[in-house]
Amino acid sequence: MSFLYKHQKLEKNSILLLICIIVVVLIGGIVEIVPLFRTATVIEPVKGVRPYTPLELAGYNIYLREGCYNCHSQQIRPLRDEVARYGHYSLAAESMYDHPFQWGSKRTGPDLARVGAKYSDEWHVAHLKDPRAVVPESVMPSYSFLSERGAKLYDLKEHLKALRAVGVPYSDDMIKNAESDAASQARVGSDNQTAIEERYGAGINFRDFDGNPMLVSEMDALVAYLQVLGTMVKFTDYEPDMPAQNGGTQ
Amino acid sequence: MTDTAAPQKTIYNDDIVKLFTLATVFWGIAGFLVGVLIAAQLAFPQLNFEPFLTFGRLRPLHTSAVIFAFGGNALFATSYYVVQRTCGARLWNDKLSSFTFWGYQLFILMAGLGYLAGVTQGKEYAEPEWYADLWLTIVWVAYLLVFLMTIIKRSEPHIYVANWFYLAFIITVAVLHLGNNLVIPTELMGVKSYSVFSGVQSAMIQWWYGHNAVGFFLTAGFLGMMYYFIPKRAERPVYSYRLSILHFWSLIFIYIWAGPHHLHYTSLPDWAQTLGMTFSIMLWMPSWGGMINGMMTLSGAWHKLREDPVLRFMIIALAFYGMSTFEGPLMSIKAVNSLSHYTDWTIGHVHSGALGWVGFITFGALYYLVPKLWGRKELYSLKLVDLHLWIATLGIVLYITAMWVSGIMQGLMWRSYDDMGFLQYSFVETVMAMHPFYIIRMLGGVLYLAGALIMVYNFWRTIRGDVNVKEQNLSAQGVTA
Repeated sequence: MSFLYKHQKLEKNSILLLICIIVVVLIGGIVEIVPLFRTATVIEPVKGVRPYTPLELAGYNIYLREGCYNCHSQQIRPLRDEVARYGHYSLAAESMYDHPFQWGSKRTGPDLARVGAKYSDEWHVAHLKDPRAVVPESVMPSYSFLSERGAKLYDLKEHLKALRAVGVPYSDDMIKNAESDAASQARVGSDNQTAIEERYGAGINFRDFDGNPMLVSEMDALVAYLQVLGTMVKFTDYEPDMPAQNGGTQ
Repeated sequence: MTDTAAPQKTIYNDDIVKLFTLATVFWGIAGFLVGVLIAAQLAFPQLNFEPFLTFGRLRPLHTSAVIFAFGGNALFATSYYVVQRTCGARLWNDKLSSFTFWGYQLFILMAGLGYLAGVTQGKEYAEPEWYADLWLTIVWVAYLLVFLMTIIKRSEPHIYVANWFYLAFIITVAVLHLGNNLVIPTELMGVKSYSVFSGVQSAMIQWWYGHNAVGFFLTAGFLGMMYYFIPKRAERPVYSYRLSILHFWSLIFIYIWAGPHHLHYTSLPDWAQTLGMTFSIMLWMPSWGGMINGMMTLSGAWHKLREDPVLRFMIIALAFYGMSTFEGPLMSIKAVNSLSHYTDWTIGHVHSGALGWVGFITFGALYYLVPKLWGRKELYSLKLVDLHLWIATLGIVLYITAMWVSGIMQGLMWRSYDDMGFLQYSFVETVMAMHPFYIIRMLGGVLYLAGALIMVYNFWRTIRGDVNVKEQNLSAQGVTA
């Protein structure tokens, strides 16, 4: 066996062995990952997807902190029952501003990709405080402390800056006003609303999400995040590229 | 077997191996304990204590404790032991190897305490934040240096096959760790960072990392362990040299491609999903190559399986390895995956690999190592090893069968329709249906933990130098070994 004889070279030269291992393990990753950065073919552009507002971003960070992704997915597969249960299947563009993605891998609880606007704020607050008060069979932990804890707003500016550095289109204006924008979004009747809508687009949820006007709490932030999930794309004006049409069989 | 032990001591650095061995046992118990706790939380949610002890924060603590703390320390311990013996050289640089020990334990503490406080990157098996990642990078470079330099100054002409696997594990984990943890911290004095990648790209890179944490951390490294400890314990040479070359290179080449099978039917482009599935199926062959090479090493020595519970641990480990590396390719087929994904089937699959393969091969190696390292003739009690084996095996069987049933049941409930064409079950009905299986799974975990505690007792008596007189007499009469 001549190849065995040649293999002896590797068995006698540790550096050569090391280099060969590196080359062999790099190939697969390069083939699968590099083409994904030609985003034009990977992420179909859709109307409506925008970066999170500062308050929603604070909520996204609480979602990560509490490890919600361990039990909830945010990725609806194009399968009949999933679309019936959760809504339109997830589009690549819908998570393009999630650094990192929160698609998850396990559904101990239901998928949350389109949970936004499905339940009232009051439902979310009651459910997060004591899940079994709302759904007696639930196995979710309770998160009542979120209502009492003020959301950290003062450093949101730094968060927006870091996200801009990795490609999220936050403008100078958004960064400058991050803290006050977050506080305004959690308040009813703030005179800042028009300015925020000019920055982020129409259709932002301005509400006192947790029902406590005295405090912009972590509950406010998390519910603001949950209520925007899956609602940015309006599927009334979305037409997917049908693969069948490419075949010219119609 | 032990008559060469005395001169070895003067050449080899076994103090560092002892430290890593003790750390392996300690973190193993800690990791199994947290596992039992979170299994109990899913059956009895009242056991969640906000804000620090919720399932969401404890699950990463469990996965990191068993993979990186228990598994990682076991890999350090055995790789340092094996590389010295197979190279005929002392471990390079005592100070640096000692740094890898304390540095690695510090990393574990940084990561684990971070999880409890809610510091996480939000990516499975890559939760530690940027500062802990940077520290791990330094420790890992030191590990590579210690290992590689020991190989370089070897007195044996050939590099033994176990070391190919250890080397592939060390270097590939470094590549994966760096690739998946490219982040920008929000503040230099803060703990929070944002991943450079988002959405589809971050998903692909995360599962390129995640699947190969399995492929290289939990497979290649432990195959290195297998290639030394099974031939040593069986006192037989490795079955086929040719097979080890073939399956080594094909395993490390193919594993890297398998990541996208975690992302079937998602927004990841179809071509990537198909590639991931195809390579996952191909992976079946090199995986079984390793299993066959290990099992057939017992050719002509099968009777030892009857006599030696330590060897039995290692061979059952290979059986679980064979089973889970058959189940994996099966689950990577898109049609199967559409049912299994997001369910407990995945959890069961991972535990047949983790408890059965990684756990058992480690227990086998530890049972071999402890008497050698502390200069004892044999373990305090081989009977207790046997007891550990059967309790743990029963625990695994309960665990994985419970998860098969609950996973497949839930998958089927999600997709079942009633006569009117509506979804038959609400989500919470599927949660209720899983309750009994969550209890069975928890019992499986308790048994596995109990087995490991028996091992701790056995080690404690062995290290103390106790001799089990009853067993000694029996073995003198040739009744048992």
